[in-house]
Amino acid sequence: MNTFEIAGRLENTIVGIAGCGGLGSNCAVALARVGVGTLIVADFDIISESNLNRQYYFFDQIGFKKVFMLKENIGRINPRVKIITHDVRLLPINIPSVFAGCDVIVEAFDMADQKEMLLESVQTNLPGIPVVVGLGMAGWGMNNNIHYRKIDNIHICGDEISEIRPDLPPLAPRVGIVANMQANTVLELLLSKEQK
Amino acid sequence: MQILLNNNQEEIPGDLITVAELLKFKNFTFKMLITKINGVLVQKSSYEIATIRDGDIVNVLHLISGG
Repeated sequence: MNTFEIAGRLENTIVGIAGCGGLGSNCAVALARVGVGTLIVADFDIISESNLNRQYYFFDQIGFKKVFMLKENIGRINPRVKIITHDVRLLPINIPSVFAGCDVIVEAFDMADQKEMLLESVQTNLPGIPVVVGLGMAGWGMNNNIHYRKIDNIHICGDEISEIRPDLPPLAPRVGIVANMQANTVLELLLSKEQK
Repeated sequence: MQILLNNNQEEIPGDLITVAELLKFKNFTFKMLITKINGVLVQKSSYEIATIRDGDIVNVLHLISGG
């Protein structure tokens, strides 16, 4: 399939992005570029200058809401993509309704307790929807530690070992690799579905 | 009894074990994790009740911060 045929295949797909930070913003942009039909993006946070070392936002967007700026940025890259924004803190009470219509859900939270909450909620209430998790992407170098594996329909991207610390921050290169690995996984899931 | 834990064959004493007991037995002291038994997610709130028996396929995923 060429890139236009792929975009055609993806036109009716819906991908949920839980969190619009380092993983979520970069993953969303990659999926928008290839032509995923609809992205459902959720985050309550605003953009701060320290985010710019890895998140897909611009200096003049500091202070604005991530979901709305991500929608704007994607609109400038691929205006055909439908973006549904949720300016909310995702919780067990709203996760099922926000992501119910999705073909795939991308877990793009920062804190481990949020990842646990998202996985428990989605695997309990939306067990048929595959979820792609970002796990371990701190620091720099260590390329060969970044990997992919799956447990049932939980797909894991990351090194599963480097937890963020003050002296081991998340940075654009490794975060970008994991975010794009997540997008690549989503693409694989969507295109194999489409082939049926 | 024999179970498959994270793709490894494991010998577990007894015929039945709760998730909480398994985590203690294996020294999985991580705070944030996801547990699945035979493809079904077990909520953390049920770890003391949910049971694992001979032949079960168990996955415990350790979650770390970053993203």
